[in-house]
Amino acid sequence: MTDTPFLPRDLDWHPPALHHDYRSSRLRAPQQKLLHIPQTETELTGPTFGQGDLGPLDDDLILNYAANGQSAQGPRIIVHGKLLDENGRAVPNKLIEVWQANAGGRYRHVNDGYLAPLDDNFGGCGRCLSGADGRYSFRTILPGPYPWPNGANDWRPAHIHFSVFGDGFAQRLITQMYFEGDPHIKLCPIVQSIPDDTAINRLVARLDMDATVPMDIRAYRFDIVLRGRQATVFENQMEGT
Amino acid sequence: MADLKENASQTAGPYVHIGCMPQTAGLKRRNMSALLGEVMVSDDTDAITLDIAVLDGDGVPIKDGLIEIWQAAPDGSYAPSKDFAHWGRQVTDMETGQARFTTVKPGAAKGQAPHILIWIAARGINLALTSRIYFPDEDNKLDPIFRAAEARAATLIAAQTKTGYAHTIHLQGPKETVFFDV
Ligand SMILES: [Fe+3]
Repeated sequence: MTDTPFLPRDLDWHPPALHHDYRSSRLRAPQQKLLHIPQTETELTGPTFGQGDLGPLDDDLILNYAANGQSAQGPRIIVHGKLLDENGRAVPNKLIEVWQANAGGRYRHVNDGYLAPLDDNFGGCGRCLSGADGRYSFRTILPGPYPWPNGANDWRPAHIHFSVFGDGFAQRLITQMYFEGDPHIKLCPIVQSIPDDTAINRLVARLDMDATVPMDIRAYRFDIVLRGRQATVFENQMEGT
Repeated sequence: MADLKENASQTAGPYVHIGCMPQTAGLKRRNMSALLGEVMVSDDTDAITLDIAVLDGDGVPIKDGLIEIWQAAPDGSYAPSKDFAHWGRQVTDMETGQARFTTVKPGAAKGQAPHILIWIAARGINLALTSRIYFPDEDNKLDPIFRAAEARAATLIAAQTKTGYAHTIHLQGPKETVFFDV
């Protein structure tokens, strides 16, 4: 059996399974403590992806569901950043999948009946690979906030869902990205299930005027950090290359 | 340094289908390329079915979840292969709650019994859950991780079916499945 090359996950940094204000967690949160086990080849490995798995418009949500010559409605934005690990190293060639509501806060999903209209030209589904330097980027429109059945009057802040693959299944992560200045961040039971304000702040993308294209599209910067590696393994890898 | 801590997890929410299995959300007209993870085996000859249901604390199947599996090939290896993907994903059916994988039975990895890693993301699950599926027709007691589950290890064993195996995940209650922190 291999020892533990990924750093342990800080479970106090992640939201607890049960967060009473988030109603859906009440019947779905395991009641037993997670059983800590050593990492084996099963957890240290995972699927790999290449450019051949992706189409040319996969990273462009403005166009990838739009009819010819048309585009999605809403403020145009670039979301970009770096995929890193806790050692600060770039994590290259990893699949990042995103999904989101349209500019009015409506999902293109058979189960979403919110009264905001669908946008014929917007699917809300995209994906990209991190580059050799860990950089990733996609184009989309600013999603709208939406109400959801939880408390009497709960609204999600505008957000984009992220699914990220790492080097091994132990690094697999699903999270959400929020937008700087959104007053709903403080009010949202899902966001506030995260115990530490620093951790919440890390999920908030910042307006990035340097990457904004004048007269075209604004940019938001969002770095994604996956679990790091144990230092000893890091050194061995350095020697081996 | 807090700046270099892993991003905090957030629930996948009820619309995880759009991002990970868009065809199940009803997205058809999308100018995107192939779906990922749906097909694991290129040739069905030695394929088995693996049926999975995830029950909530009321014993009701969840119908908006995403399940991924990751496993060795029949030779116990994780080496990339054209015939077998090692990785697959399915949603829990919106009507029945069932997820069906067509895969092959994994071989034993060094020092372990044959097993499949299962990973579950859904509305109400704040940090995706990781567990393992072991087989009723194998000597699981030699497996250190199976043994670590002690009295609850039986929750990790699938049941045999005509075409393969079936496994029920219990999120809560007396039969709660063992979930791992790896
Ligand atoms: Fe959402």
